[in-house]
Amino acid sequence: MALKMVKGSIDRMFDKNLQDLVRGIRNHKEDEAKYISQCIDEIKQELKQDNIAVKANAVCKLTYLQMLGYDISWAAFNIIEVMSASKFTFKRIGYLAASQCFHEGTDVIMLTTNQIRKDLSSPNQYDTGVALTGLSCFVTPDLARDLANDIMTLMSHTKPYIRKKAVLIMYKVFLKYPESLRPAFPRLKEKLEDPDPGVQSAAVNVICELARRNPKNYLSLAPLFFKLMTSSTNNWVLIKIIKLFGALTPLEPRLGKKLIEPLTNLIHSTSAMSLLYECVNTVIAVLISLSSGMPNHSASIQLCVQKLRILIEDSDQNLKYLGLLAMSKILKTHPKSVQSHKDLILQCLDDKDESIRLRALDLLYGMVSKKNLMEIVKKLMIHVDKAEGTTYRDELLTKIIDICSQSNYQYITNFEWYISILVELTRLEGTRHGHLIAAQMLDVAIRVKAIRKFAVSQMAMLLDNAHLIASNTQRNGICEVLYAAAWICGEFSEHLEESNQTLEAMLRPKVTTLPGHIQAVYVQNMVKLYASILQQKEQSGEKEAAQEITQLMVDRLPQFVQSADLEVQERASCILQLIKYIQKLQIKEVPVAEEVIALFAGELNPVAPKAQKKVPVPEGLDLDAWINAPPSDSESEDEKPKTIFHDEEQRHSRHRQPEIDEEELARQYQDTPGVEHIPVVQIDLSVPLKVPGMPMSDQYVKLEEERRHKQKLEKDKKKKKQKKEKKGKHRRHNSLHTESDEDIAPAQHVDIITEEMPENALPSDEDDKDPNDPYKALDIDLDKPLADSEKLPVQRHRNAENLKSPDTEAPLVGKKSKKPKKKEKKHKEKEREKEKKKEKEKKVTEEGKKGEDLDFWLSTAPPPSSITQTQSEPEGSTVLAEPEENEDAKKEEQEEDNDEGKKSSKHRKKKHKKEKEEKSKDKKKSKKKHHHSEEEPAESVQNGTLDDEPLPPMSSYCLLAENSYVKMTYDIQGNLQNDSQVTVSVIFENKSASFLKSMELNVLDSLNAKMLRPEGSSVHDGIPVPFQLPPGISNEAQFVFTLQSIVMAQKLKGTLSFIVKNDEGSTHEKLDFKLHFSCASYLITTPCYSDAFAKLLESGDLHMSSIKVDGISISFQHLLAKICFYHHFSVVERVDSCASMYSRSIQGHHVCLLVKKGENSVSVDGKCNDSTLLSNLLDEMKETLSKC
Amino acid sequence: MGLGGSCAGWLMQAPCWLGGDFSLSEDTQQQIIRETFHLVSKRDENVCNFLEGGLLIGGSDNKLIYRHYATLYFVFCVDSSESELGILDLIQVFVETLDKCFENVCELDLIFHVDKVHNILAEMVMGGMVLETNMNEIVTQIDAQNKLEKSEAGLAGAPARAVSAVKNMNLPEIPRNINIGDISIKVPNLPSFK
Repeated sequence: MALKMVKGSIDRMFDKNLQDLVRGIRNHKEDEAKYISQCIDEIKQELKQDNIAVKANAVCKLTYLQMLGYDISWAAFNIIEVMSASKFTFKRIGYLAASQCFHEGTDVIMLTTNQIRKDLSSPNQYDTGVALTGLSCFVTPDLARDLANDIMTLMSHTKPYIRKKAVLIMYKVFLKYPESLRPAFPRLKEKLEDPDPGVQSAAVNVICELARRNPKNYLSLAPLFFKLMTSSTNNWVLIKIIKLFGALTPLEPRLGKKLIEPLTNLIHSTSAMSLLYECVNTVIAVLISLSSGMPNHSASIQLCVQKLRILIEDSDQNLKYLGLLAMSKILKTHPKSVQSHKDLILQCLDDKDESIRLRALDLLYGMVSKKNLMEIVKKLMIHVDKAEGTTYRDELLTKIIDICSQSNYQYITNFEWYISILVELTRLEGTRHGHLIAAQMLDVAIRVKAIRKFAVSQMAMLLDNAHLIASNTQRNGICEVLYAAAWICGEFSEHLEESNQTLEAMLRPKVTTLPGHIQAVYVQNMVKLYASILQQKEQSGEKEAAQEITQLMVDRLPQFVQSADLEVQERASCILQLIKYIQKLQIKEVPVAEEVIALFAGELNPVAPKAQKKVPVPEGLDLDAWINAPPSDSESEDEKPKTIFHDEEQRHSRHRQPEIDEEELARQYQDTPGVEHIPVVQIDLSVPLKVPGMPMSDQYVKLEEERRHKQKLEKDKKKKKQKKEKKGKHRRHNSLHTESDEDIAPAQHVDIITEEMPENALPSDEDDKDPNDPYKALDIDLDKPLADSEKLPVQRHRNAENLKSPDTEAPLVGKKSKKPKKKEKKHKEKEREKEKKKEKEKKVTEEGKKGEDLDFWLSTAPPPSSITQTQSEPEGSTVLAEPEENEDAKKEEQEEDNDEGKKSSKHRKKKHKKEKEEKSKDKKKSKKKHHHSEEEPAESVQNGTLDDEPLPPMSSYCLLAENSYVKMTYDIQGNLQNDSQVTVSVIFENKSASFLKSMELNVLDSLNAKMLRPEGSSVHDGIPVPFQLPPGISNEAQFVFTLQSIVMAQKLKGTLSFIVKNDEGSTHEKLDFKLHFSCASYLITTPCYSDAFAKLLESGDLHMSSIKVDGISISFQHLLAKICFYHHFSVVERVDSCASMYSRSIQGHHVCLLVKKGENSVSVDGKCNDSTLLSNLLDEMKETLSKC
Repeated sequence: MGLGGSCAGWLMQAPCWLGGDFSLSEDTQQQIIRETFHLVSKRDENVCNFLEGGLLIGGSDNKLIYRHYATLYFVFCVDSSESELGILDLIQVFVETLDKCFENVCELDLIFHVDKVHNILAEMVMGGMVLETNMNEIVTQIDAQNKLEKSEAGLAGAPARAVSAVKNMNLPEIPRNINIGDISIKVPNLPSFK
């Protein structure tokens, strides 16, 4: 055996390894393919051997060949074999090969599931790591579904190396298996505050990526990210967060306001260009989002533009490029501030770097006005001539067209000029954009009636020179313009002067070399042309000429009849027959022109591209309904068409009125000041027309200047007249005197026809979204509580098991892990009382509170210390008032701030920060609640919707103990799975500047209540807290207790011991506490229907007891909400000021309540299986109520 | 970052695809490599290091970001969620890491040990997303994995190593250093990521 192994390894020495393969390929440059096929044969032999090392070597070589472009999918099974090798060396080779060549279509991929699962749970972290890396490349929906839970467990692995990989791969899992997003999200969010920077960065990475696709679902994380942004020093993380904020601000302008200051500070302070650049970018995004409401951010814009100018002027091309990129974003909302840097941008057009020129081009788009359009386009035309390389020239071409056609030709004052530009562009060699030019020609000719005459003359010229355009096969793209030219000449043939000549041009034999679709248009339009010539000749009585032209058609058409293109052939033969018939009539001297022209009567109107889609389905028409009864079907299929139709209806109802659009256009083109009054200056059209060959657009620039000058003079004249008449208006006219955009009247009386749309439809982009967008599936509301059905498909671990391995926190999907809360450190007793109350009020459980939570965070931006007190005084409901109120409050606060002066501003700032943090924490906490405590939010939704009043925020966490190092708060929840267990969640918060470690929690068990300890430990052992706490950090741990009887409240004494470690050394510290198990903590919120409730009451097995509390001032709804929240009840039914409520204990006691509210008092009647439990519960409730 | 953050590296003499998360056929991969190489290699020294995305790399949202070291080009294809300057820095980290792991990396190291390059890259970029930017962390993990590999090979690996050493002595080419020290691309004031 041993000998065999040695022999194997000696054999192996002479196998080709990867290096030999590479060397071999390099030495066989001439017959590389042959050499490689030899090698592949060798590899196939090697793969047949049993020795895994040989196999791995073969797979390693295959991986290299794959990189060279060879298909290695045939070896997929061997790759899986190597993946499952026990040695890391081979495993890594296998996974690498898999990541290179596996994809969703690989059929053997499903065989890997168990192997990967095994590797994921391997004790060797590198096995796990390599599996995660590989999986990230080839994860399929099936793998994602099967492994989601294993990966989620790894997110809490003890090794940060594994944690970060697990966190990162979750994004891939979400993409492939969107259902996993909601169950995994709470833990992912937790990882944002992981002590390891790598893990934190990975979590930020994933959430940013998710949020970028569906920002609105992540708005509620803004406070958390804000905190990270102000505390993180990792530039990579900062950049990500700042980019994320850029995506969030458009959704919430108030967030933007909050961001401006810290971002501006960063811009001033950071030395990292990458960070500076991203800050500028996000500030721009903020400004864009604010641009509607808040005009006064000119300082920030100035700062941005100024910084960007520095970047653009830098000698580093990268910065120049990025500067231009960012500048184009500002351009959209603040064109004025960019326009002042026109010099710089035009300069960049001459840069030798193409990327930079392209960016500068983008900027030009927004800088044009009626005044400078011609000048800018002239510059671009020069660049077109100079440009080498077709890509850049094509880009220039599209930009010219974009610039000119933007917002419905808003900036074009002279369409003759534009047509000439288009014609000039046809001279471009090798452009791909012939169709673009053609589309523009058609669009302008159809929509600008006044230009048709000119357009037709130009197009006739193009047709005449078609040989220039179509001759060179390389210039194929450009011959598309002939399509437009032919159509325009045919459709508007009445404007044609030399129609015979044009018809002649269209009938040239050369035409048959054009692409089929163009020939087809030629054929169709030569008939139109022919019809109009015929009419002309008949009207003027030139019968001979008319017959001649018919003969010409009959002579030339057969060449199209022979065309290989079906469309051309069909049209031509059809038309040939028609013309032959006409010829017969002509010989009989029957006038035919009227009838022929009638074939093409009527005008075609332009139709908007999306018009068809917008045609509403007429009432009563169900396109999905069966015309004949369908063969018998299952119910579900029957329902389908209904819902589809329903959707359709909803969509249509959203369409807005089109009138606005038309009105605007009308205003632009007809009501332009001066258009009606000033006689349109006649341009000597002969000038451009006489230019031999092609027109020169440049002449228009000159002409235009002259025209404008004349116009101005005329206007002035008129003004003078007016002045005489009305002296009072003198001033206003003077201000008009400066030549603004509006002053420039179009040269032609332009009548742009809007594209037709069905009534009540407006062109919109909303239906442009790609239904196949993979990210759409991740558009999931993350704030809704988890439903049972959503849990990841796995066997669930119990809390007890959780305890046995505290390091690898078992993946309890519905597990509660609430965020720690912070309270201010040293407050006087009274203030603390108030604080507590306030905190409780802030806690929100109502669904839809999400928005309000965020409102709260956003609106209390700088709460001065004085406000904290005033806030806690009014009744709970006003704390979370509507956003507007908050706005007001904020303004007031700011005013107060100003009034008080800046003496104590430093001090206050600190305080603000603290409070901000505190609030964001609070927010998180309540967010967490949404995710974890499944029943509560659901039930309070139900309760909350009874009234529209906002509920005061509440927290179920109460203080356990606190000293100068650590603060503990806790919450107790009954355990659904086990009738004698409750889970205590304790949040540990490190208040000191030292590191807290080796925390251990121990309690003195009573006869009735015992802490559940890991197997094998004695009752006196404490349970280690499964984490350490760096300064300022808090984290949550859970402990399970078993109880025998639950009818009475319990108190357990306990101690937390921990080691405080700082620069001076470490000390051992202790903190005693008393854990209070209230009877309410044994209750589990359980919904109950009113009929079941009635039955329960009727059954008569219940004991009854009641209490009454006076002096209640809060509303009934809030009162119910409190009972629901703190005592875990749910409302069965509510009638006016009377409500029935229900809950169930972990041991199955039913508890029924009837709550009645009088003038100033509340009475609670309770019924329960156990009278002791009931009286204890009522006592607790009394205490809660008396606090109200 | 979806498609972005996908990264690929090209070695001048043996262009090769270093992965990323395109699930593309080998032919498309090769085509992308060729076109990108064509685009990148004809660019001057003094132009910016970004190239607008063509259709081939997934549309206008994507960019090619590259760095040029002697005869090597390192090209990353990223989408708009990545910071351009950040990626430039990431490439620098990548190259410096290669330098550390190969002890004065040269072009031939990369050509003959593509698998190792892959393993290093896998510690930095995973499934098209940036995993780690801290060079020391990456090097530590790579070293640990190499150690593990060595311990697995044990005695049996020794003869194979000896043979491979002998083979390498006959290398016809003399490795050229790509000399990380005087990289001419200037990235202003970019502090290393922590």
